[in-house]
Amino acid sequence: MIRQFTSAEFFFLLSAVRWTLLLSAIAFAGGAALGLLVALARTAPWQWLRATAGAYILVFQGTPLLMQLFLVFFGATMVGASVDPLAAAAIGLTLNAAAFLGEIWRGCIQAIPKGQWEASTALGLHYVTRMREIILPQAAKIAVAPTVGFLVMLVKSTSLASIIGFVELTRAGQIVNNATFRPFLVFGIVAAIYFALCWPLSLYARHLEKRFGTVSR
Amino acid sequence: MLTPAPADSTPAGDARPVMIRMAGVEKYYGTYHALKAVNLDVHQGERIVICGPSGSGKSTLIRCINALEHHQGGEIVVDGTQVGKSSRGLDKVRAEVGMVFQSFNLFPHLTVLQNCTLAPRKVRGLAPKEAEAIAMKYLERVRIPEQANKYPGQLSGGQQQRVAIARALCMAPKVMLFDEPTSALDPEMVKEVLDTMISLAQDGMTMICVTHEMGFARQVADRVIFMDKGEIVEEGPPATFFANPKSERTRTFLGQILHH
Ligand SMILES: Nc1ncnc2c1ncn2[C@@H]1O[C@H](COP(=O)(O)OP(=O)(O)OP(=O)(O)O)[C@@H](O)[C@H]1O
Ligand SMILES: [Mg+2]
Repeated sequence: MIRQFTSAEFFFLLSAVRWTLLLSAIAFAGGAALGLLVALARTAPWQWLRATAGAYILVFQGTPLLMQLFLVFFGATMVGASVDPLAAAAIGLTLNAAAFLGEIWRGCIQAIPKGQWEASTALGLHYVTRMREIILPQAAKIAVAPTVGFLVMLVKSTSLASIIGFVELTRAGQIVNNATFRPFLVFGIVAAIYFALCWPLSLYARHLEKRFGTVSR
Repeated sequence: MLTPAPADSTPAGDARPVMIRMAGVEKYYGTYHALKAVNLDVHQGERIVICGPSGSGKSTLIRCINALEHHQGGEIVVDGTQVGKSSRGLDKVRAEVGMVFQSFNLFPHLTVLQNCTLAPRKVRGLAPKEAEAIAMKYLERVRIPEQANKYPGQLSGGQQQRVAIARALCMAPKVMLFDEPTSALDPEMVKEVLDTMISLAQDGMTMICVTHEMGFARQVADRVIFMDKGEIVEEGPPATFFANPKSERTRTFLGQILHH
């Protein structure tokens, strides 16, 4: 029996947005924390650490995110742990985001002129102080715009979590569509909601780029 | 560490203790031989000027002293501490050796005052108030205390370089290394930086300056060193060095830089 697409269906879609936002937030926070470690490892003075982080990035950038989600989800089931879809999606997206953010931030760290490293080294500052006080604050400025840009990608990537059964916006769209059979309308609305989430972020990223791109003191 | 120095590196009769001793120092970049058996003793309070053509290894030589570059052969001893033996020794050397770069290398996201207080706080462990008092003393010394709360980007090149000198001095170094400190400056700002260096020399600071400012060399240097192709070719007090250069290479070089 086919239902009508009413305001109830529309609000069902809207209410699923919070799960998309929650998943994005978890993946971004986790990805940022792990990504910082990846970026530091990529720029570390030890070859083995750089190589390890390099391999991590290679694996997670070189395989589809969907496969990574499958592997986390089914991998966990296989070893007997029953993961709920949110946890699996959050873990998969976090690992993936860490690889991308790590690579973006590596570039930002390496963009800091060599003279900054040399001057801080010559002053006797140790690695941790040098990173915390000199390199990272400057790298952060360059990093803000591409990081917000990546966040836009991440919000859209959360739609893949629908395939492992997590009911976020895209999955909610599928459910509504199965009941109402109005695919064009339903997915049109879903797409519009994604756009409404991402567009302000894109604008913000561009604004930041202008601000940090031109002003340097 | 008063071992007898090789005859070619020390003027006879300098009884002051040796502050920096480089003996048979070899430095390679990959296969490129950048320093060849460099011997140099620098005594306490001595002012050395190093000159030589581009690529001759001047920067490499002074950067080996505070281990911004690591040497492969021979030994470098700074105030009794071997460079490159232990990381503790390295910390000690870097805390005692100040360096000023051609491109200033101030920290652009920190104010002038913060640039000056960072290392004293983090390396020497001074309280913020103490570090600020010291910073203000040296900013006055280089005659820019009024710029303390500005950011480096708001200062002229000459002012930035004076801040860089003050920043190094805040660590109370025993030795100051200068790598072409005036080469990136507009001509009208060279003098203010040289005057700062001259006053530092008059206060008895041990200094090694890579520079082509021969007026400065004449005025303050105890010894002028000429390098070419990774070797110390010739050295002597400025009077003899400029009047009677012994080697052909030195004469050619001096001819080039003094006639333009
Ligand atoms: N990091 C490096 N890797 C490889 N080669 C280097 C490196 N740094 C310097 N060199 C080479 O070593 C030689 C000496 O360089 P150095 O910078 O010490 O010369 P310099 O006398 O200071 O020259 P300049 O007057 O141009 O500053 C040059 O041939 C240079 O190309
Ligand atoms: Mg040089």
